[in-house]
Amino acid sequence: MRKLLLAGVALSLALVTGAIAADPIKMVYIGKNTGNPYFDSINGGFEDACKQLGCEYEFVAPATAEATSQIPFIEAQIQRGVNVIAIAPNSPDAMNQVLDDARAKGILVLAVNGDLVGNESHRDANILPVDFTKTGPNQVELMGSLIGYKGQIAILSATTEAPDQNTWIAAMKKTLAEDPKYKDMELVATVYGDDQPEKSTTEMEALLSNYPDLVGVIAPTTVGVAAAAQVVQQRGIADKVHVTGLGLPSEMRDFIKDGTVKAFQLWSPYNEGWLAAYFADGVLNGTIKNEVGTKFDVPNLGSITIGDKNVMNTQAELTTFNADNIDQFNF
Amino acid sequence: MNFLRLLLLRREAGIAVMIVLFCLVVGYFKPQFLTLGQLRIVLLLTPLIMIAAMGEMMVLVARHVDISVGSTLGLAAMVSGLLYRFGPEVPWWTGIPLSIAVGAALGFANGLLVHLFRLPSIIVTLGTLSLYRGLTFIISDARQIDRQWIPSELKGLSQTSPILGIPWIIFIAFGVAILTYVFLNHTRIGRQVYALGSNPVAAPLRGIKVAQVTLLVFTLSGALAGLAGILYASRWGFVNPSNTGYGFEFQVIAAVVIGGVSINGGVGTVLGTVLGVLLLGCVAAALPLLGIPGTSQTAIYGAVILVALLIDRTVRQQGVISLKRVRQ
Amino acid sequence: MSASDTSDAAATQDAAPPRPAWQVLLVRPETVTFLLLIAGLFAGNMLSPYFLDVSYILRSFTLYAEFAIVALVMTMVIIGGEIDLSPAAGMALAACVFAWVQQAGVPVPAAIGVGLLVGLAMGALNAFMVIAMQLPSIIVTIGTLTLFRGLAQIIAGDKSIRVPEWFIGIDKVMIANIPLPVVLFVVLALILGVVLGGTVFGRQVYQVGTNEVAARHAGIRSARIKLILFLASGIVAAIAGMMTASRFGSVRYDLGQGGELQMVLMAMLGGTYIFGGRGTILGTFLAAWLLVIVSTGMIVANVLPAVQLVVLGVLLIVSIIATNFIYSRTQR
Repeated sequence: MRKLLLAGVALSLALVTGAIAADPIKMVYIGKNTGNPYFDSINGGFEDACKQLGCEYEFVAPATAEATSQIPFIEAQIQRGVNVIAIAPNSPDAMNQVLDDARAKGILVLAVNGDLVGNESHRDANILPVDFTKTGPNQVELMGSLIGYKGQIAILSATTEAPDQNTWIAAMKKTLAEDPKYKDMELVATVYGDDQPEKSTTEMEALLSNYPDLVGVIAPTTVGVAAAAQVVQQRGIADKVHVTGLGLPSEMRDFIKDGTVKAFQLWSPYNEGWLAAYFADGVLNGTIKNEVGTKFDVPNLGSITIGDKNVMNTQAELTTFNADNIDQFNF
Repeated sequence: MNFLRLLLLRREAGIAVMIVLFCLVVGYFKPQFLTLGQLRIVLLLTPLIMIAAMGEMMVLVARHVDISVGSTLGLAAMVSGLLYRFGPEVPWWTGIPLSIAVGAALGFANGLLVHLFRLPSIIVTLGTLSLYRGLTFIISDARQIDRQWIPSELKGLSQTSPILGIPWIIFIAFGVAILTYVFLNHTRIGRQVYALGSNPVAAPLRGIKVAQVTLLVFTLSGALAGLAGILYASRWGFVNPSNTGYGFEFQVIAAVVIGGVSINGGVGTVLGTVLGVLLLGCVAAALPLLGIPGTSQTAIYGAVILVALLIDRTVRQQGVISLKRVRQ
Repeated sequence: MSASDTSDAAATQDAAPPRPAWQVLLVRPETVTFLLLIAGLFAGNMLSPYFLDVSYILRSFTLYAEFAIVALVMTMVIIGGEIDLSPAAGMALAACVFAWVQQAGVPVPAAIGVGLLVGLAMGALNAFMVIAMQLPSIIVTIGTLTLFRGLAQIIAGDKSIRVPEWFIGIDKVMIANIPLPVVLFVVLALILGVVLGGTVFGRQVYQVGTNEVAARHAGIRSARIKLILFLASGIVAAIAGMMTASRFGSVRYDLGQGGELQMVLMAMLGGTYIFGGRGTILGTFLAAWLLVIVSTGMIVANVLPAVQLVVLGVLLIVSIIATNFIYSRTQR
């Protein structure tokens, strides 16, 4: 009799704990700011993956992309008791303290789309859209192919502090200096448009004024490349000055269709969100070990390897968009 | 000779001189600054500010202030943007009257709150700045209206030109300035704006319908901000709920103040405001050309505002001193 | 009936009866703020079960504590008939100079001194332009806020400057389970409340704000009072900037961006009259809590930032309508 009672208690305890353990995983993705179409894509990937995995998911973002604007949001999510905080950080180090607080409470912290450069110890893993070391060379090659590998080019970047921009620019300079294929291409200037359309436009116009022999501009920022293309379109000089860079198909479609821009590159933000959700779910379930060198499979994406410093690349090389394939994409 | 002296003593001459000096100095280092193409660049930077500055000027002359112009611009632009994106097929120019109307309504709301409840306009427009920006996010579901949804003829206003390679949008801006001049100087109600601003207490005694004039200036300010909004879509090709018009009010107020409009009301000319806008446009165009890093540009704007204020004060010193004596 | 009788009767008839004591005590803008505060607590609780947690609310307050501290001094400036929109940018400038100087090797206490000097200089610039050059303070401080922000940008560039480890974490220091910044805010509010409400200086500030010319005729040195107010504003901005540096562990030029609107919001929500002469420290104190509760309540309920903007805008308009209504009704 007593044994039966004990068994019954044990069974109900197991059921209860099982029920507790089966509580859906709560994930939140904190974007850089609202109204940014780029993050709407990543959000889509997250949402769809969470539907498949049975996780609860929310997307929040501050109104402005200042370095510290995400801090109250992180605090609020900790208060809400989420299990995973994924964030596209507005600053490499402003959130160190609050992210440590989150991890102390057992929350998995992922940097998605950008990393906390120099402060990687404050996050658990990082999901990047591509191998950032290949981005620079990819862009230089695309630019070269458009201008016949000869002439003066310039770079129109975003903000001077953005770690991803600086990684890519450094790689571009290195490629230009070391690879003999590009020996006739000369980088004459690097200017910063702060990811603002107005500023990017004035910087582009200044480039054209200061360097009348300019034949190409690489703008590895969606705001910059669109602004530069607009200037070229307005002046009708698409034959003389070639604009390329990292752009969103939705913003660049018009420019491709009318020939202002021949080709540009990007990756798939949607896949980033998808991968991040699957990875977080796997780690919390115990099916994926968050260690360097681990390989795991994700539906639709194939095999993903966890690299140095717990960084994962969603795809290896950039995708090139041009008149042939631009209509296939709707982000 | 006397006439020339009188001309030079005018506030506007001071600004014109500043512009010429500035351009000459920059032109010395960068000769390409003094070309027609550069003029085109400068002018292209200014139409939105010019239009909104006309409205802001009228509000300031009436002894009020409107710091919600940026948010009004954004909301008006977004309404038209949403129409283009989700609405039925409409002619490309539909957005223009629509944005103007939306802006006018928003401006009217400001005026109503200021006049009906006797609230200080700086606080009211501080509140509507937030309110209108929030509404912009809500109606757009925080998504931007991409380039493909803005009609190309609308974008063409900033590109195609009837003459001298100067696009339509610049003519529109100067047209607004001319209309404002005519309104303020050659209509009864326009002159009443000045009277109201210089002495709000005495105004009703002089037969000025304070309610009418106040509501009018705020409605006009809103309407012009709305026009600037649809022209934002024309100039940049998209409408974004966070960026469109964000921080715009500071640029507009800076231009207007540099142009000699007094914060105490009753003083200011259209010509001065136009020159103020042009000066800021020249500074904005020159900085990237001179290779001055973006990090210093803000400091320079601040310094320009302060210097302009000091010059203004020195020029007006005579008037101020006599005023002080009378008061005491 | 003698003439004096008639005039006595007339006097009694014309003079308004004194307002009942409870009316004087309760019908004031601070009460509206207090009621909104209670309403905010209820609303926050309804929106999210995670909200009503005292330690969470206190921790959230630390995110706004620096602005709240500056808002207290700004209240005094506004009561005195001027306005200062530059403190938020001033926070950044002082913090950047402080961080830059200590990174260059200067020991931290000296660096703090340098920061305070910067605060003094900023206040002095504002004071000079407004008092000596007789320029309207709203435009001057818009100019100086742009200038300070720009100077901060020149000093720090687009990078963050780190501060030493031991300096970080002011918000983790607890006194009786309350974070230090909150304690500082309360203490400063008490001190300023006494100064404003109970000293000669305080009364003079009110008089200068109500009617500067009359105050000067009454022998009050209004220029000196305004000078003190602007200098105080500058110094407190510097202190707030360095507190923020401690909280973040590093400084950037965009520290405190947008703060000017928050500070004005706190002062206005607290019933401070924009044209001077009216307002209390208590009002701003309550308003700071109101703002924190409303913002935190919305964030923890995952309410869209857009809606937050709308709510704040409406709150501001409603509160000034109420403030103005009360002031006009209680004009005696």
